[in-house]
This record gives sequence, structure tokens and C-alpha cells, in this order.
Amino acid sequence: MNVMNPDLAAPATDAGPQLTARDFTTDQEVRWCPGCGDYAILKAVRGVLAEAGRRPDDVVFISGIGCAARFPYYLASYGFHTIHGRAPAVATGVKMANPDLDVWVVGGDGDFLSIGGNHLMHALRRNVDLNLIMPNNAVYGLTKGQYSPASATGMRSPSSPGGSVEAPVNAALLALGAGARFIARSADTLQDHLPGVLKAAQAHRGASFVEILQNCVVFNDGAFEAVRDKGLTADRTLRLEHGQPMIFGKDRDKGIAIDWQTGTARVVPVGDGGPVYDVTVHDQTNLALATILARMDAPDLPLALGVLYHAPADDFTAQRADAPGRVIDRATLAGLLAAGKTWTVGEAAAGTQT
Amino acid sequence: MLDQPIALESSDSGHSESGPSQGPAVVRFAGDSGDGIQTLGSEFTKSSALSGHGFMTFPDFPAEIRAPAGTTFGVSAFQIQIGGDRVKTHGDTVDVLVALNPAALKTNLAALRPGGLLIADRDAFAKRGLEKAGYAANPLEDGSLDGYRLEAIEISRLTREAALPQGVTKKEAETARNFWALGLVYWMFSQDRAPTAAWLTSKFAKRPEIAAANTAALDAGHTYGDVTDMAPPPRLRAVTPSSPRPGTYRTLTGIDGMVLGLAAASALSGLRLHYCSYPITPASAILHGLAKLGGEGVATFQAEDEIAAATAAIGASFAGGLGVTGTSGPGMALKAEALGLATAAELPLIVIDVQRAGPSTGMPTKVEQADLNLALHGRHGEAPLPVFAAAGPGDSFDTVIEAARTAVTYMTPVIVLSDAYTANAAEPWRLPDVATLAGIAVDRDIDADGFHPFRRDPESLARPWAVPGMTGLAHRLGGIERSSGSGHISYDPDNHQEMTDLRAAKLDRIRAALPPAKVSTGTDAGRVLALGWGSTQGALKTAVEDLAAEGHAVGHLHLRHLSPLPRGLAEIFALYDEVVVAELNSGQLRTHLQGLFPQVSFRGLTKVTGQPFTVAEIDAALREDLS
Ligand code: SF4
Repeated sequence: MNVMNPDLAAPATDAGPQLTARDFTTDQEVRWCPGCGDYAILKAVRGVLAEAGRRPDDVVFISGIGCAARFPYYLASYGFHTIHGRAPAVATGVKMANPDLDVWVVGGDGDFLSIGGNHLMHALRRNVDLNLIMPNNAVYGLTKGQYSPASATGMRSPSSPGGSVEAPVNAALLALGAGARFIARSADTLQDHLPGVLKAAQAHRGASFVEILQNCVVFNDGAFEAVRDKGLTADRTLRLEHGQPMIFGKDRDKGIAIDWQTGTARVVPVGDGGPVYDVTVHDQTNLALATILARMDAPDLPLALGVLYHAPADDFTAQRADAPGRVIDRATLAGLLAAGKTWTVGEAAAGTQT
Repeated sequence: MLDQPIALESSDSGHSESGPSQGPAVVRFAGDSGDGIQTLGSEFTKSSALSGHGFMTFPDFPAEIRAPAGTTFGVSAFQIQIGGDRVKTHGDTVDVLVALNPAALKTNLAALRPGGLLIADRDAFAKRGLEKAGYAANPLEDGSLDGYRLEAIEISRLTREAALPQGVTKKEAETARNFWALGLVYWMFSQDRAPTAAWLTSKFAKRPEIAAANTAALDAGHTYGDVTDMAPPPRLRAVTPSSPRPGTYRTLTGIDGMVLGLAAASALSGLRLHYCSYPITPASAILHGLAKLGGEGVATFQAEDEIAAATAAIGASFAGGLGVTGTSGPGMALKAEALGLATAAELPLIVIDVQRAGPSTGMPTKVEQADLNLALHGRHGEAPLPVFAAAGPGDSFDTVIEAARTAVTYMTPVIVLSDAYTANAAEPWRLPDVATLAGIAVDRDIDADGFHPFRRDPESLARPWAVPGMTGLAHRLGGIERSSGSGHISYDPDNHQEMTDLRAAKLDRIRAALPPAKVSTGTDAGRVLALGWGSTQGALKTAVEDLAAEGHAVGHLHLRHLSPLPRGLAEIFALYDEVVVAELNSGQLRTHLQGLFPQVSFRGLTKVTGQPFTVAEIDAALREDLS
């Protein structure tokens, strides 16, 4: 387990026996294509749930539509497989009704960035205490392979036979723009990395947004090969650790230096090859740095993985003035009915003012 | 009788006497939106109530937020009918029209009955004001108002004279002229000024000179009536107070009824209310009303859009709250997908549609009952659900409680229809005894042993409402078809047929528990049955009462339950030669009923002008059939 972050301390767990991934596993047969990246994500999620230690009865998984939206069926918690794109809104209602629940929202790039883009944006800016995880396969899987808002320009698909002319969304940048206070990135097969990111997301109170690059073997195989491949990932990605210099590469011989004047990143040699003081130290509370990190990508720069931004603040339910546990009682109701101007009609039908 | 709709002219064009009903009087205040017309209206309403009058009021304000002063589209009006127990509408034609500027006269004169009393502020009919209203000549002087009893009074000057000594500026003095007019109308109906004076004192507690100026204007208007030889129309003096049931009363609008009804549903069920909505006219006022109750235990959520409002309410219900969403026409269209989910997941949900004139933006502040087809049928797949309609402000309170009871008892979404008329109309409302209101039972005593999320109660067919956090009841819900009982995903053909049948059967169970249909007014059998739903109740009831009193064989039946329909309708329809279905659309309920009751002779009485029915319109249409 690679704990990257000082504030990843385990959250308070419910008293009771140590839970295992099995406690969060349903008897439902998992039905994704063989080799789909979602299997690995599911495995990581189950492990993190067991470690976080919330009772399965207090955990809720909400999803929209898509391959990733099948998550709730495979997790032995409460679950709700809703409608395309609306999961963040449903989850907001769940959280309003019971702020104590550990609520997860799972949606693919179609769910979160396209049909439900509006709901994602508002869940993030309201800072609703949700763990929003987005397996991003940059394609529409369930509907058989059309290009998605995350697909690379030029992608050929049944709905873009000549190649998509649209520019893809940068999900992390979108989340930053929406005001998200926890933004992280990982990939399905990075089992030495993904669980740590998910654990940090679960521990964060407020909206946590995690983009998980996910391979769709059927419709977009290899889209994130450089990130997922054991041989390539070390040189093509940067694993962020709060308070640590941003160093990467198989031989840990490269670093990221930020030019604060221009707001750009560049790769500098480290170790024998160069001076280490050029390398910028990751500060996950720095919004400007997060914005630069979110934009880093091939071919010139490594893709940033891990917690890009983490700046906790009061969450939605904590900010609301209404007392979550309170319910109107009959006495209060009687008062409401009689509020304002009333008059009384006696047996003699004489009006008197009260 | 042919199945022909009876086409009606716009209600505004009628110059006829207000039908056979005598006794009640109709007053209309009109002025610029900056003239405080709605304040006048609510003060006059309060005073009328305290004098023991029955009443129904209706505000008519401009759609533009800040229309230019003096223009016809910036005119704000308020109409009230006062009198005995029989007042059930805000009145067809106006007996007394107060017009504070030329634009107000221009846009409201059509409502004044021939010979009606017109009170105008002569000072406001100067060149500029006349031009803005599009008058070539001064109507107060060119003889065009000869058909009315005109009282052109220098209200602005008289107000200034009364108010200036109170230590206010000239401008502040002039703004008090609405209270001068109110004082005069109080005098005309022998009503007490004291409650308004008290209200002014508290409203302007920080500016006592403003309170004094307005009160002086109020008194001056009243004195003017006393000292001039301006005799009020005799029949207005004869307007008699009603003799309502003993009890404590308040003024209630349809919006108030919804707000308080939802609060009551929460109190009666012990479920925390979650009202999720996106601002839209005229439904927004429900959100505003409930948002004030945050400290009392009501949660409101202004969602990012109509879809999020509906789905957040579904989420709140899934987590054990009372999820409610409210909207108007276009918003209702956006909620259709969510209604499918709530039907499939079998979760309680209340959806309020305050209908307005459509399609699309249409006329957002005007009344129409044209969302009925949408409410009854507007979903993908077969998704039957209960549809109730509120017949007026007080009925909104009862209807929304019944909707909550149905939603929770049967685990189903319920649509409640209101409209722009009911929303804003106000009537006196007798406060119910809260202690005796029946509770709404919520069954959370669910045995984890053998729990299945879709194992039903044999009577109601409701599935158990297990909510997150409850031990041992974790389950997965979803829009994908579920296996009857276990709730697991199922594509089994027979299971889909069974689930489809069960969803429909739920409505049969609801029907069985509803009170049977009943003719509420007029004769139990005969020539014509006037059938209506929603806000047309007042006009229908008044017209049928009058006709029955004349000896005609006519009855009135008003439907709250549009889906499922109550039992006993076929038997009642058989007792009349013809059923006239009156509605503010082109015949949606009539078409629906004709399909269900092919043997019955239905005729449509329809109107789609953005205006409610007048009593005279109903009276004339029914008379045609009765003769
Ligand atoms: S279509 Fe793609 S994303 Fe969907 S299950 Fe198959 S491999 Fe996974």
C-alpha cells in the first residue's frame, strides 16, 4: 500500500470486526467484457471500503447509465442505478436526507462529462460530501463505441466515421473550474496507486472527484497504454506526493519545474544529470499548481497522477442552515397555520381579530 | 347532442350583468406596478374578512419585472369579490373599478359592468400619462365613459394636501394616493380602517412620518366619501356579510395551501420534507414559502435544473425522506424521465405542477389546464401513477396531504395539478384542528430475515421502504427491470409482464380505497351533469347552484382524482342525458373520459385564453343544453 499523502490517515471506523472486500461483494455475477478495466477498479473499491471500515449498511453507491454504472449491483451496500447523467443529483438528495451516509457516485465519461455534466459541476461547486469516481475510457461502451466528450480529436467511431472533430474535455481541469476541492487521477491497473487515491477521496469530507483512466478492450483498446503499461508508466506519468519534489522516471532521473511567471511546467534532469533544486515540490493546496498539473500531458510532459488538489472546506450539508435531523411536529404546524392575520368566527358569526 | 365543444369568447369581452347572482360585489384596483396595488388588495381583503365577508381574490400583475411606469404592460391589478357564503370566484364583472392612471383604465375597463362605478385619479390623466397609455383624447372628458358612473377625483392633489402636513416630502406624500383610494372604498362598504392603520404603523415603524402620511391619506379618502354627495351604488351598501362556520380563519392562497399542506404532510408522517425545485413561474412561490421554514425542519433545495430537482427528490426519498418537487408546464416536461425512474423503483415522490398557459413559455402568469394529458400519459413505457388536482386554495392543502399519504402508502410517485389561478387566488380558510388530522403511517418495521426489496404488501402492493442506514436491509434499486420479489435485474419476459401488471394493479388498489364519486351540487339526476376538475370548481358550482335554484335538472361533479378515477362514475353518468366537461384546455379530460365511457354523451365546454371561466360563461353554456 503506497500511502502518498500525510492526510490519508484512516478515518474513524465503526466499532466491529475488521471488514474484508468480501463483505462488500454481492452474489451478482459481474458482467463486464473480459479484460475490461472496470474489474480492477471494482477490486480496488471493495478493498478501500473494507479498509475504511464503514458498515455496508451505511454505504451507498449511486450510478447513472453506462458500463461503469453497473457498480452498485456488485457492491453489497445500498445502491441505486438511476438514469443517465443524473447520479450526482440523486446522490445530493440522498446526502441531504441522511448526511451520515458514505455516498459514492460512479459515472463514466459519458455520464459525468456529457449528459450529466451539469449535475457534476453543481455537485462539485456545492461541495456535497460525495465520492465521485469517474472511470474514463474515452468512449461510449454500452451503446457500442461512439466517440465521447473525452475522446481524442480524430477518433473514428460509428458516429464519427471520418474522425471526431471535437476537442476532448480535460476532466480534472473542468473539476477545478467547477470549484472542486479534492481532485485526483489514477488508472485502473495501477493497483499500487489507485487504492491510495480512493482512500484519500473517501476520507475527504466534501466532494471528491477521482478520474480513473480505464481501458475499454472492445471499443477503445490501448487508449491509455502509456499510463497503464508497467514498462511505460514510470516515464510517462508523474506520481504526485504532497510535500515531495515532483520526480519521475524509471530511474527517478527527471523532475518537473514550474515556471510561475508563465504558468508552465517543464522537465528537468535530476540526480547525476542535473541540479535537484530546480524541481518544484508538490503542494496539493495550491490551486495554481493544480491547474498546471491538470494540463500536463504527452508528448512533452508526463501525465500527473495522484492528488492534484486538496483544499478542504465545509461541505454542503454542514453549510446549510436547516438542522438535518429536525422534522416539523404538530405543534409547529399549528403555529404555522395560524401565523399572520387570523380572525375568529363565533357561534353568533361575529368577526373578531386576533 | 353532438359532441361539439362550445367555443367561448374571452371572458374580458363580456359586458353583461354578472348573471342572476345578486348580493356579492366585485371591486378591482388597478394602477401602475409601482402604485402598491397588491398592498391595497391585501389590506382590503383583510378588512373584508374582519367584517365577516366571504371572499375570493385574484391578483393580476404584469409579466415584466420592471415595466416602464405608466405603460399598459406595467399595469398591476387586484380583484376581489366579497359578500355572502356563495362567493366562490373572484367575480365575472366588476362593480367598482379604481383606476389610478390612464394605462390602468385602458387595460381594465373591459371588466367593468355597464353602469358600474369608475373611480379615477383625474390628476394622473395629464398629457404624458395619456400618451403613454395610447389615448388620443382624455377619456374622462370625451364622453367615451358615458356608459359608466364616473367619479373623476383629484386623488393626487387631495392626497398631497392630507399627507404633506405629516412631515414628508412631496414625492412621499404623492405615493400615499393608493391609501386615499382605499379609504374611499372602505367608506363605500362601511369597512373598518383600523387594521390598515395598525399595519401601516408597524410596517413603517422606523419612518413614523410615512405611516402618518399614509394614514392621513386613508382617512382623507374615507372623509371624502362622507362629506361629498357621492352616494354609493345602493346595492353595494346591501352587500351582506356571510355566516361562516364558527372557527378561526385566515386568508389562504393556493401557494399557501401547497406550502402548508406539504408542511402538514411532514408533520403527519414524521418524515422530513425535502422540497427540491428549480425556479419557474408560478411554482417558485412554493419554494419561497418552504425555504422560510428551514429552521422548523423543512429542507429546500434549489437545484441546477428541473431534472436535478426531480432526481434529488427521488434521492431524498430513497434515503428515507419525503421527496417533493414542484414546477410548472415546461419544467414538467423535463421531469418525465425521472417520473419513469420513480415508478420503476417504486419510491414515494410528490410532483406538483402549477399549470400555466403553454406550450413552451406561453403565458407564464396565465391560467390553463392543458398539462392534463402530460400528467396522465406523459411518460416513456407504461408508467401509471396517481394524478390529483386541487380545486382551490383550501383544497390545495387537503390534496397535497392526500398525495403524500398515497405516495407513502403505495410507494409510488403522485402528480398534483394546480394552476396559475388557484396559486394566486385567495379565500378565507378555516384552520383545521391539527390534533385531529389523521397521521400518515410509515412502516419502517422491516424484518431483515427474508427481506426482499420487491416483496409486496398483499393489500396495497407496496414494496417495503427500506432505507440506507437500516441494518441488514442493504439492497440495490434501479431503473432496469427488476425481478418481482428479489429485485434483481431481470430480462425475463414473463417477469416484465408481471411487473407491468403489478404497477397497473397498484392504481386499482388506490381506486378501491378512494371515496366514490359524488355529485356535490344541484340535482342528483336530470338533463345535464357539469363535470370539472381543478380551479374551475368555483365558477361551475356557482352556475349550477343558480340554475338548480331556478328549477333546472342540473348537477355538478368535481373530480380531484383524475387517475385513478373514483368508483361510481358510470352509474352517475347514466343518470343524466348529457355530461358537459368544462376545462381550460381543448377537451383533454373529455377525450379521456369518452374513451373510457363510450356509452356516455359527453360535450366539451372549453376555453384556452389564459383566463378562468366566468360564471356567466358556464351559465350560458349549460342553459343552451338545458333548454
Ligand atoms: S464495452 Fe468497454 S467499458 Fe464496457 S464493459 Fe466492455 S470493455 Fe468495459
